[in-house]
Amino acid sequence: MRVHLDAEKCQGHNRCYALAPEIFDVDDYGQAMLLVEGDVPAELQDKARLAAANCPEYAITITENG
Amino acid sequence: MTDTVDLSSAEPIMRIDEATGNKIFSFERNGETLEFIIGSSPEGTDVWQRVPYEADDYGSVADYRTDFDHADPAYNPSAPEVWKELREGGCPVAHSDRYGGMWVPLTNDTVNEIAYDTDNFTSRSVVVSVGRPGDRALPAPIGGAPPITSDPPFHNIARRLLLPAFAPKMIEPWEPEIQRLCQKLLDEMGDIAPGESVIDAAVQYAQNIPVNVIGRMLGFPEKDEELFRQFVHDVLERIAEEPGTREGTDDLGLYIQQQIAEHRENPRDDLTSYLMNVELDGNKLDDEVVAGMVILLLVAGIDTTWSAIGSSLWHLAQHPEDHQRLLDDPEVMTFALEEFLRAYAPVTMARLVAKDNDFHGCPMKKDDWVLLPFPAANRDPKKFEDPDSFIVDREENRHAAFGLGIHRCLGSNLARLELKVAIEEFIKRFPRFELAGDVRWSVGQIRGPRELPVRILEVAE
Repeated sequence: MRVHLDAEKCQGHNRCYALAPEIFDVDDYGQAMLLVEGDVPAELQDKARLAAANCPEYAITITENG
Repeated sequence: MTDTVDLSSAEPIMRIDEATGNKIFSFERNGETLEFIIGSSPEGTDVWQRVPYEADDYGSVADYRTDFDHADPAYNPSAPEVWKELREGGCPVAHSDRYGGMWVPLTNDTVNEIAYDTDNFTSRSVVVSVGRPGDRALPAPIGGAPPITSDPPFHNIARRLLLPAFAPKMIEPWEPEIQRLCQKLLDEMGDIAPGESVIDAAVQYAQNIPVNVIGRMLGFPEKDEELFRQFVHDVLERIAEEPGTREGTDDLGLYIQQQIAEHRENPRDDLTSYLMNVELDGNKLDDEVVAGMVILLLVAGIDTTWSAIGSSLWHLAQHPEDHQRLLDDPEVMTFALEEFLRAYAPVTMARLVAKDNDFHGCPMKKDDWVLLPFPAANRDPKKFEDPDSFIVDREENRHAAFGLGIHRCLGSNLARLELKVAIEEFIKRFPRFELAGDVRWSVGQIRGPRELPVRILEVAE
Protein backbone atom coordinates (compact mmCIF):
# COMPACT_ATOMS: atom_id res chain seq x y z
CA MET A 1 0.00 0.00 0.00
CA ARG A 2 1.14 3.53 -0.82
CA VAL A 3 -0.16 6.85 0.50
CA HIS A 4 -0.24 9.98 -1.64
CA LEU A 5 -0.68 13.47 -0.31
CA ASP A 6 -1.75 16.30 -2.60
CA ALA A 7 -0.12 19.33 -0.98
CA GLU A 8 -2.12 21.68 -3.22
CA LYS A 9 -5.38 20.33 -1.83
CA CYS A 10 -4.30 20.20 1.83
CA GLN A 11 -5.76 23.12 3.81
CA GLY A 12 -4.36 22.12 7.17
CA HIS A 13 -7.46 20.55 8.73
CA ASN A 14 -5.06 18.38 10.72
CA ARG A 15 -7.31 15.32 10.67
CA CYS A 16 -4.63 12.97 9.29
CA TYR A 17 -2.07 14.03 11.88
CA ALA A 18 -4.62 13.44 14.65
CA LEU A 19 -5.61 10.00 13.36
CA ALA A 20 -2.30 8.68 12.07
CA PRO A 21 0.69 10.57 13.52
CA GLU A 22 2.94 7.67 12.51
CA ILE A 23 2.23 8.46 8.85
CA PHE A 24 1.60 12.21 8.84
CA ASP A 25 3.26 15.18 10.47
CA VAL A 26 2.40 18.89 10.19
CA ASP A 27 4.75 21.78 9.48
CA ASP A 28 4.91 25.18 11.19
CA TYR A 29 1.95 26.34 9.12
CA GLY A 30 -0.15 23.29 9.98
CA GLN A 31 0.22 21.78 6.49
CA ALA A 32 0.40 17.98 6.31
CA MET A 33 3.65 16.18 5.49
CA LEU A 34 4.07 12.52 4.66
CA LEU A 35 6.43 10.63 6.96
CA VAL A 36 6.28 7.29 5.19
CA GLU A 37 8.04 6.84 1.89
CA GLY A 38 7.23 3.83 -0.22
CA ASP A 39 5.16 0.94 1.12
CA VAL A 40 3.12 1.50 4.25
CA PRO A 41 3.94 -1.14 6.90
CA ALA A 42 1.11 -3.62 7.43
CA GLU A 43 0.42 -2.49 10.98
CA LEU A 44 -0.21 1.09 9.83
CA GLN A 45 -2.44 0.36 6.86
CA ASP A 46 -5.73 0.69 8.74
CA LYS A 47 -4.63 4.05 10.08
CA ALA A 48 -3.69 5.20 6.60
CA ARG A 49 -7.14 4.26 5.30
CA LEU A 50 -8.78 6.04 8.22
CA ALA A 51 -6.81 9.21 7.57
CA ALA A 52 -7.71 9.14 3.88
CA ALA A 53 -11.39 8.60 4.69
CA ASN A 54 -11.49 11.64 6.95
CA CYS A 55 -9.71 14.27 4.90
CA PRO A 56 -12.32 16.97 4.20
CA GLU A 57 -10.38 18.15 1.14
CA TYR A 58 -9.84 14.67 -0.40
CA ALA A 59 -6.10 15.40 -0.37
CA ILE A 60 -5.07 11.86 0.62
CA THR A 61 -5.32 8.90 -1.72
CA ILE A 62 -4.28 5.32 -1.29
CA THR A 63 -3.11 2.80 -3.84
CA GLU A 64 -3.24 -0.82 -2.82
CA ASN A 65 -0.48 -2.92 -4.32
CA GLY A 66 -1.76 -5.28 -6.96
CA MET B 1 -11.65 28.52 -11.20
CA THR B 2 -10.12 28.91 -7.77
CA ASP B 3 -6.92 30.92 -7.65
CA THR B 4 -4.41 28.59 -6.10
CA VAL B 5 -1.28 30.53 -7.03
CA ASP B 6 1.05 30.46 -4.06
CA LEU B 7 2.44 33.93 -3.55
CA SER B 8 4.20 33.09 -0.32
CA SER B 9 7.51 32.93 -2.13
CA ALA B 10 6.85 35.92 -4.37
CA GLU B 11 8.83 39.04 -3.51
CA PRO B 12 6.44 41.90 -2.93
CA ILE B 13 7.60 45.45 -3.57
CA MET B 14 6.28 48.04 -1.15
CA ARG B 15 5.95 51.75 -1.76
CA ILE B 16 4.18 54.49 0.11
CA ASP B 17 1.65 56.57 -1.74
CA GLU B 18 2.53 60.14 -0.82
CA ALA B 19 -0.93 61.58 -1.28
CA THR B 20 -2.67 59.16 1.09
CA GLY B 21 0.11 57.60 3.17
CA ASN B 22 -1.21 54.18 2.16
CA LYS B 23 1.21 51.31 1.71
CA ILE B 24 0.96 49.76 -1.71
CA PHE B 25 2.31 46.28 -2.27
CA SER B 26 3.03 45.13 -5.82
CA PHE B 27 3.50 41.56 -6.95
CA GLU B 28 4.58 40.22 -10.29
CA ARG B 29 2.59 37.26 -11.47
CA ASN B 30 2.63 35.78 -14.97
CA GLY B 31 3.99 39.05 -16.29
CA GLU B 32 1.12 40.93 -14.70
CA THR B 33 1.49 43.40 -11.82
CA LEU B 34 -0.96 43.08 -8.95
CA GLU B 35 -1.33 45.84 -6.39
CA PHE B 36 -2.78 45.80 -2.90
CA ILE B 37 -3.32 48.80 -0.70
CA ILE B 38 -3.00 48.72 3.08
CA GLY B 39 -3.92 51.76 5.08
CA SER B 40 -6.69 54.29 5.36
CA SER B 41 -7.53 56.17 2.23
CA PRO B 42 -8.88 59.71 2.80
CA GLU B 43 -12.38 58.30 2.27
CA GLY B 44 -11.91 55.95 5.18
CA THR B 45 -11.59 52.20 5.22
CA ASP B 46 -14.89 51.44 6.84
CA VAL B 47 -17.44 52.62 4.34
CA TRP B 48 -20.67 50.66 4.40
CA GLN B 49 -23.68 50.77 2.14
CA ARG B 50 -27.03 50.42 3.84
CA VAL B 51 -29.14 47.85 1.96
CA PRO B 52 -32.86 48.49 1.54
CA TYR B 53 -34.20 46.06 4.15
CA GLU B 54 -36.49 46.62 7.12
CA ALA B 55 -37.06 43.44 9.12
CA ASP B 56 -40.47 44.68 10.30
CA ASP B 57 -41.77 44.81 6.72
CA TYR B 58 -41.17 41.10 6.36
CA GLY B 59 -42.07 39.55 9.70
CA SER B 60 -41.47 35.87 10.41
CA VAL B 61 -40.70 33.36 7.69
CA ALA B 62 -43.59 31.45 6.13
CA ASP B 63 -41.69 29.75 3.30
CA TYR B 64 -37.94 29.21 3.55
CA ARG B 65 -37.66 28.42 -0.17
CA THR B 66 -38.41 31.98 -1.23
CA ASP B 67 -38.06 33.97 1.99
CA PHE B 68 -35.10 32.39 3.80
CA ASP B 69 -34.04 34.19 6.97
CA HIS B 70 -31.44 32.64 9.25
CA ALA B 71 -32.08 35.45 11.77
CA ASP B 72 -35.70 34.40 12.28
CA PRO B 73 -35.71 33.32 15.96
CA ALA B 74 -37.48 30.10 14.90
CA TYR B 75 -34.67 29.13 12.49
CA ASN B 76 -31.80 28.00 14.71
CA PRO B 77 -33.91 25.81 17.02
CA SER B 78 -35.12 23.78 14.03
CA ALA B 79 -32.48 24.38 11.35
CA PRO B 80 -31.82 20.68 10.59
CA GLU B 81 -35.53 20.20 9.84
CA VAL B 82 -35.53 23.27 7.57
CA TRP B 83 -32.53 21.97 5.58
CA LYS B 84 -34.06 18.52 5.25
CA GLU B 85 -37.44 19.84 4.14
CA LEU B 86 -35.89 22.08 1.50
CA ARG B 87 -33.53 19.41 0.20
CA GLU B 88 -36.24 16.78 0.02
CA GLY B 89 -38.63 19.31 -1.50
CA GLY B 90 -36.29 19.78 -4.46
CA CYS B 91 -34.85 23.12 -3.38
CA PRO B 92 -31.03 22.86 -3.47
CA VAL B 93 -30.68 26.66 -3.35
CA ALA B 94 -33.13 28.89 -1.50
CA HIS B 95 -33.59 32.62 -2.00
CA SER B 96 -34.65 35.65 -0.03
CA ASP B 97 -35.27 39.30 -0.82
CA ARG B 98 -34.12 40.18 2.69
CA TYR B 99 -30.76 41.94 3.28
CA GLY B 100 -30.86 43.28 -0.27
CA GLY B 101 -31.05 39.77 -1.78
CA MET B 102 -29.61 36.50 -0.48
CA TRP B 103 -29.07 33.00 -1.86
CA VAL B 104 -28.73 29.90 0.33
CA PRO B 105 -27.23 26.65 -1.02
CA LEU B 106 -28.41 23.68 1.05
CA THR B 107 -26.79 20.58 -0.42
CA ASN B 108 -23.25 19.36 0.04
CA ASP B 109 -22.51 19.85 -3.66
CA THR B 110 -23.76 23.44 -3.89
CA VAL B 111 -22.10 24.50 -0.62
CA ASN B 112 -18.79 22.99 -1.77
CA GLU B 113 -18.98 24.58 -5.19
CA ILE B 114 -19.37 28.08 -3.72
CA ALA B 115 -16.74 27.55 -1.00
CA TYR B 116 -14.15 26.63 -3.63
CA ASP B 117 -15.11 29.32 -6.15
CA THR B 118 -13.28 32.43 -4.97
CA ASP B 119 -13.60 34.05 -8.41
CA ASN B 120 -17.37 34.35 -8.42
CA PHE B 121 -17.82 34.68 -4.64
CA THR B 122 -15.88 37.15 -2.54
CA SER B 123 -15.24 36.97 1.21
CA ARG B 124 -15.23 40.74 1.54
CA SER B 125 -17.99 40.40 4.07
CA VAL B 126 -18.71 37.09 5.77
CA VAL B 127 -21.56 38.14 8.03
CA VAL B 128 -24.90 38.87 6.35
CA SER B 129 -26.37 42.13 7.65
CA VAL B 130 -28.09 45.29 6.43
CA GLY B 131 -24.68 46.77 5.64
CA ARG B 132 -22.46 45.74 2.74
CA PRO B 133 -18.90 46.96 2.19
CA GLY B 134 -19.25 49.90 -0.17
CA ASP B 135 -17.21 50.80 -3.23
CA ARG B 136 -14.89 52.95 -1.13
CA ALA B 137 -14.19 50.28 1.50
CA LEU B 138 -10.87 48.48 1.45
CA PRO B 139 -10.43 46.69 -1.87
CA ALA B 140 -11.65 43.15 -2.30
CA PRO B 141 -8.43 41.25 -1.68
CA ILE B 142 -8.02 42.61 1.84
CA GLY B 143 -11.26 43.58 3.54
CA GLY B 144 -11.63 44.80 7.10
CA ALA B 145 -10.55 41.70 9.01
CA PRO B 146 -7.90 39.81 7.04
CA PRO B 147 -7.57 37.01 6.15
CA ILE B 148 -11.21 35.94 6.66
CA THR B 149 -12.39 38.92 4.57
CA SER B 150 -9.61 38.51 1.99
CA ASP B 151 -9.65 36.91 -1.43
CA PRO B 152 -6.71 35.41 -3.33
CA PRO B 153 -3.96 36.25 -3.74
CA PHE B 154 -3.70 38.61 -0.76
CA HIS B 155 -5.51 36.05 1.36
CA ASN B 156 -2.55 33.69 1.39
CA ILE B 157 -0.16 36.43 2.47
CA ALA B 158 -2.33 37.51 5.38
CA ARG B 159 -3.14 33.95 6.38
CA ARG B 160 0.48 32.86 6.47
CA LEU B 161 1.14 35.57 9.04
CA LEU B 162 -1.37 33.99 11.40
CA LEU B 163 -1.08 30.26 10.62
CA PRO B 164 2.06 29.58 12.71
CA ALA B 165 0.37 30.95 15.84
CA PHE B 166 -2.46 28.41 15.47
CA ALA B 167 -0.55 25.38 14.21
CA PRO B 168 -1.19 22.15 16.15
CA LYS B 169 2.13 22.21 17.94
CA MET B 170 1.56 25.76 19.20
CA ILE B 171 -1.93 24.91 20.45
CA GLU B 172 -1.27 21.56 22.16
CA PRO B 173 0.56 23.16 25.15
CA TRP B 174 -2.65 25.01 26.06
CA GLU B 175 -4.38 21.79 27.13
CA PRO B 176 -3.49 21.91 30.86
CA GLU B 177 -4.51 25.58 31.05
CA ILE B 178 -7.88 24.86 29.47
CA GLN B 179 -8.36 21.93 31.85
CA ARG B 180 -7.70 24.20 34.84
CA LEU B 181 -10.08 26.83 33.48
CA CYS B 182 -12.89 24.26 33.03
CA GLN B 183 -12.29 22.84 36.51
CA LYS B 184 -12.42 26.34 37.99
CA LEU B 185 -15.76 27.03 36.28
CA LEU B 186 -17.13 23.73 37.60
CA ASP B 187 -15.86 24.57 41.11
CA GLU B 188 -17.57 27.95 40.94
CA MET B 189 -20.95 26.26 40.51
CA GLY B 190 -20.80 25.68 44.26
CA ASP B 191 -22.47 22.85 46.14
CA ILE B 192 -24.47 20.61 43.86
CA ALA B 193 -27.29 18.47 45.25
CA PRO B 194 -27.60 15.47 42.88
CA GLY B 195 -31.12 15.12 41.51
CA GLU B 196 -32.03 18.66 42.53
CA SER B 197 -29.47 21.22 41.45
CA VAL B 198 -30.04 22.79 38.05
CA ILE B 199 -27.18 24.66 36.44
CA ASP B 200 -27.03 26.55 33.15
CA ALA B 201 -24.38 24.75 31.12
CA ALA B 202 -24.28 27.57 28.53
CA VAL B 203 -24.18 30.58 30.86
CA GLN B 204 -22.15 29.13 33.72
CA TYR B 205 -19.83 26.99 31.62
CA ALA B 206 -19.66 27.01 27.79
CA GLN B 207 -19.74 30.76 27.22
CA ASN B 208 -16.83 31.41 29.59
CA ILE B 209 -14.31 29.04 28.06
CA PRO B 210 -13.36 30.41 24.61
CA VAL B 211 -13.53 34.07 25.63
CA ASN B 212 -11.10 33.41 28.46
CA VAL B 213 -8.69 31.45 26.26
CA ILE B 214 -8.59 33.91 23.34
CA GLY B 215 -8.39 36.88 25.71
CA ARG B 216 -5.42 35.27 27.39
CA MET B 217 -3.75 34.42 24.08
CA LEU B 218 -4.14 38.06 22.99
CA GLY B 219 -2.85 39.28 26.34
CA PHE B 220 -5.99 41.28 27.21
CA PRO B 221 -7.17 41.79 30.82
CA GLU B 222 -9.41 38.98 32.05
CA LYS B 223 -11.90 41.45 33.51
CA ASP B 224 -12.87 42.57 29.99
CA GLU B 225 -14.45 39.28 28.92
CA GLU B 226 -17.98 40.68 29.08
CA LEU B 227 -17.01 43.47 26.65
CA PHE B 228 -15.87 40.88 24.09
CA ARG B 229 -19.06 38.86 24.46
CA GLN B 230 -21.19 41.99 24.01
CA PHE B 231 -19.21 42.90 20.90
CA VAL B 232 -19.62 39.45 19.38
CA HIS B 233 -23.33 39.60 20.12
CA ASP B 234 -23.56 42.99 18.37
CA VAL B 235 -21.74 41.80 15.26
CA LEU B 236 -23.32 38.39 14.86
CA GLU B 237 -26.83 38.64 16.27
CA ARG B 238 -28.06 42.21 15.76
CA ILE B 239 -27.72 42.00 11.99
CA ALA B 240 -31.03 43.65 11.06
CA GLU B 241 -30.39 46.77 13.13
CA GLU B 242 -28.91 50.05 11.93
CA PRO B 243 -25.10 49.89 12.04
CA GLY B 244 -25.08 53.07 14.17
CA THR B 245 -27.08 51.39 16.92
CA ARG B 246 -24.57 48.58 17.27
CA GLU B 247 -22.51 50.68 19.66
CA GLY B 248 -20.36 47.84 20.87
CA THR B 249 -18.60 47.85 17.50
CA ASP B 250 -17.11 51.32 18.01
CA ASP B 251 -16.31 50.66 21.66
CA LEU B 252 -14.33 47.62 20.73
CA GLY B 253 -12.37 49.42 18.01
CA LEU B 254 -11.29 51.98 20.60
CA TYR B 255 -10.56 49.28 23.16
CA ILE B 256 -8.31 47.39 20.73
CA GLN B 257 -6.43 50.59 19.85
CA GLN B 258 -5.80 51.06 23.58
CA GLN B 259 -4.59 47.48 23.92
CA ILE B 260 -2.23 47.94 20.95
CA ALA B 261 -0.86 51.12 22.54
CA GLU B 262 -0.42 49.31 25.85
CA HIS B 263 1.39 46.45 24.11
CA ARG B 264 3.65 48.97 22.38
CA GLU B 265 4.77 50.17 25.81
CA ASN B 266 4.91 46.70 27.35
CA PRO B 267 5.61 44.15 24.63
CA ARG B 268 5.22 40.56 25.79
CA ASP B 269 4.91 37.01 24.57
CA ASP B 270 1.32 37.03 23.32
CA LEU B 271 -0.61 37.17 20.06
CA THR B 272 -1.07 40.94 20.06
CA SER B 273 2.67 41.56 20.36
CA TYR B 274 3.24 38.85 17.75
CA LEU B 275 0.93 40.59 15.25
CA MET B 276 2.50 43.98 15.98
CA ASN B 277 5.99 42.64 15.25
CA VAL B 278 5.37 40.27 12.37
CA GLU B 279 6.82 41.58 9.13
CA LEU B 280 5.55 41.67 5.60
CA ASP B 281 8.44 42.48 3.26
CA GLY B 282 10.45 43.97 6.08
CA ASN B 283 7.59 46.22 7.18
CA LYS B 284 5.46 45.83 10.28
CA LEU B 285 1.71 45.79 9.82
CA ASP B 286 -0.27 48.99 10.27
CA ASP B 287 -2.22 49.24 13.52
CA GLU B 288 -5.46 49.05 11.55
CA VAL B 289 -4.52 45.71 10.04
CA VAL B 290 -3.43 44.42 13.46
CA ALA B 291 -6.75 45.65 14.89
CA GLY B 292 -8.66 43.96 12.04
CA MET B 293 -6.93 40.67 12.76
CA VAL B 294 -7.59 40.98 16.50
CA ILE B 295 -11.26 41.66 15.77
CA LEU B 296 -11.34 38.58 13.57
CA LEU B 297 -9.83 36.44 16.34
CA LEU B 298 -12.39 37.70 18.86
CA VAL B 299 -15.43 37.36 16.61
CA ALA B 300 -14.37 34.04 15.16
CA GLY B 301 -13.06 32.51 18.35
CA ILE B 302 -15.74 33.21 20.92
CA ASP B 303 -19.32 32.22 20.29
CA THR B 304 -18.40 29.63 17.68
CA THR B 305 -16.65 27.36 20.18
CA TRP B 306 -19.07 28.35 22.94
CA SER B 307 -21.88 27.13 20.65
CA ALA B 308 -20.14 23.85 19.88
CA ILE B 309 -19.56 23.14 23.57
CA GLY B 310 -23.18 24.01 24.40
CA SER B 311 -24.67 21.88 21.59
CA SER B 312 -22.50 18.92 22.57
CA LEU B 313 -23.62 19.11 26.21
CA TRP B 314 -27.22 19.55 25.03
CA HIS B 315 -26.84 16.31 23.07
CA LEU B 316 -25.29 14.42 26.00
CA ALA B 317 -28.03 15.65 28.37
CA GLN B 318 -30.53 13.85 26.13
CA HIS B 319 -28.43 10.82 25.18
CA PRO B 320 -27.13 9.08 28.31
CA GLU B 321 -25.99 6.14 26.16
CA ASP B 322 -23.45 8.34 24.34
CA HIS B 323 -22.42 9.92 27.62
CA GLN B 324 -21.85 6.48 29.16
CA ARG B 325 -19.85 5.32 26.14
CA LEU B 326 -17.50 8.29 26.53
CA LEU B 327 -17.02 7.48 30.22
CA ASP B 328 -16.46 3.76 29.60
CA ASP B 329 -14.27 4.16 26.55
CA PRO B 330 -12.45 7.55 26.58
CA GLU B 331 -10.64 6.60 23.34
CA VAL B 332 -13.91 6.99 21.45
CA MET B 333 -13.55 10.76 21.95
CA THR B 334 -11.38 10.88 18.80
CA PHE B 335 -14.47 10.02 16.75
CA ALA B 336 -17.11 11.56 19.03
CA LEU B 337 -15.42 14.96 18.81
CA GLU B 338 -15.74 14.96 15.02
CA GLU B 339 -19.34 13.72 15.22
CA PHE B 340 -20.27 16.58 17.59
CA LEU B 341 -18.66 18.94 15.08
CA ARG B 342 -20.49 17.36 12.13
CA ALA B 343 -23.95 17.08 13.66
CA TYR B 344 -23.86 20.39 15.55
CA ALA B 345 -21.52 22.46 13.39
CA PRO B 346 -22.08 25.97 14.74
CA VAL B 347 -20.79 28.11 11.88
CA THR B 348 -22.58 29.27 8.74
CA MET B 349 -20.38 31.56 6.67
CA ALA B 350 -21.33 34.05 3.98
CA ARG B 351 -20.01 35.43 0.71
CA LEU B 352 -20.94 38.26 -1.63
CA VAL B 353 -21.47 37.53 -5.31
CA ALA B 354 -18.40 39.03 -7.02
CA LYS B 355 -19.86 39.15 -10.52
CA ASP B 356 -23.15 38.27 -12.16
CA ASN B 357 -23.32 34.54 -12.73
CA ASP B 358 -25.79 31.78 -13.38
CA PHE B 359 -25.51 29.24 -10.58
CA HIS B 360 -27.42 26.11 -11.62
CA GLY B 361 -30.24 28.28 -12.93
CA CYS B 362 -30.09 30.85 -10.12
CA PRO B 363 -29.52 34.31 -11.60
CA MET B 364 -26.98 35.62 -9.08
CA LYS B 365 -26.22 39.35 -9.29
CA LYS B 366 -23.09 41.15 -8.13
CA ASP B 367 -23.35 42.09 -4.42
CA ASP B 368 -26.12 39.58 -3.63
CA TRP B 369 -25.41 37.81 -0.36
CA VAL B 370 -24.74 34.08 -0.34
CA LEU B 371 -25.19 32.28 2.95
CA LEU B 372 -22.86 29.30 3.21
CA PRO B 373 -24.37 26.79 5.66
CA PHE B 374 -21.63 24.21 6.21
CA PRO B 375 -23.86 22.68 8.92
CA ALA B 376 -26.45 21.87 6.21
CA ALA B 377 -23.78 20.24 4.03
CA ASN B 378 -22.87 18.11 7.05
CA ARG B 379 -26.35 16.60 7.03
CA ASP B 380 -26.67 15.84 3.35
CA PRO B 381 -27.50 12.13 2.87
CA LYS B 382 -25.59 12.20 -0.42
CA LYS B 383 -22.42 12.59 1.60
CA PHE B 384 -23.17 11.06 5.02
CA GLU B 385 -24.90 7.81 5.81
CA ASP B 386 -27.82 8.36 8.16
CA PRO B 387 -26.90 12.06 8.54
CA ASP B 388 -29.52 12.98 11.12
CA SER B 389 -28.34 10.29 13.54
CA PHE B 390 -25.53 11.04 15.96
CA ILE B 391 -23.18 8.07 15.72
CA VAL B 392 -20.68 8.44 18.55
CA ASP B 393 -18.01 6.32 16.83
CA ARG B 394 -18.66 7.33 13.21
CA GLU B 395 -15.38 6.37 11.54
CA GLU B 396 -15.65 8.06 8.16
CA ASN B 397 -16.43 11.70 8.74
CA ARG B 398 -15.26 14.27 6.21
CA HIS B 399 -17.37 16.99 7.79
CA ALA B 400 -17.04 20.64 6.86
CA ALA B 401 -17.59 22.19 10.29
CA PHE B 402 -14.44 24.29 9.82
CA GLY B 403 -15.23 25.15 6.23
CA LEU B 404 -13.58 23.94 3.05
CA GLY B 405 -10.89 25.36 0.82
CA ILE B 406 -8.60 28.29 1.47
CA HIS B 407 -10.67 29.74 4.32
CA ARG B 408 -10.51 26.63 6.52
CA CYS B 409 -11.00 27.91 10.06
CA LEU B 410 -7.65 29.22 11.19
CA GLY B 411 -8.45 28.40 14.81
CA SER B 412 -9.70 24.87 14.22
CA ASN B 413 -6.96 23.26 16.31
CA LEU B 414 -7.74 25.53 19.23
CA ALA B 415 -11.50 25.07 18.85
CA ARG B 416 -11.13 21.28 18.81
CA LEU B 417 -8.96 21.32 21.90
CA GLU B 418 -11.37 23.57 23.81
CA LEU B 419 -14.35 21.43 22.80
CA LYS B 420 -12.63 18.18 23.77
CA VAL B 421 -11.42 19.42 27.15
CA ALA B 422 -14.73 21.14 27.95
CA ILE B 423 -16.69 17.92 27.34
CA GLU B 424 -14.17 15.71 29.14
CA GLU B 425 -14.08 17.87 32.26
CA PHE B 426 -17.85 18.30 32.40
CA ILE B 427 -18.69 14.61 32.12
CA LYS B 428 -15.90 13.68 34.52
CA ARG B 429 -17.34 16.02 37.15
CA PHE B 430 -20.97 15.20 36.37
CA PRO B 431 -21.21 11.53 35.30
CA ARG B 432 -24.99 11.91 34.85
CA PHE B 433 -27.13 14.94 33.97
CA GLU B 434 -30.35 15.62 32.10
CA LEU B 435 -32.14 18.47 30.35
CA ALA B 436 -34.11 20.49 32.91
CA GLY B 437 -36.10 23.00 30.88
CA ASP B 438 -36.30 25.03 27.71
CA VAL B 439 -33.17 25.74 25.71
CA ARG B 440 -32.76 29.22 24.26
CA TRP B 441 -30.90 29.19 20.94
CA SER B 442 -28.73 31.90 19.43
CA VAL B 443 -29.97 33.99 16.52
CA GLY B 444 -28.07 34.26 13.23
CA GLN B 445 -25.12 32.58 11.57
CA ILE B 446 -23.66 30.98 14.69
CA ARG B 447 -25.94 28.23 16.00
CA GLY B 448 -25.84 27.04 19.58
CA PRO B 449 -27.65 27.15 22.94
CA ARG B 450 -27.48 30.45 24.83
CA GLU B 451 -29.39 29.07 27.83
CA LEU B 452 -29.09 25.38 28.63
CA PRO B 453 -30.60 24.30 31.95
CA VAL B 454 -29.43 20.85 33.04
CA ARG B 455 -30.19 18.95 36.22
CA ILE B 456 -27.14 17.28 37.75
CA LEU B 457 -27.95 13.68 38.71
CA GLU B 458 -24.54 12.63 39.94
CA VAL B 459 -21.39 14.38 41.09
CA ALA B 460 -18.02 12.66 40.96
CA GLU B 461 -16.35 12.17 44.32
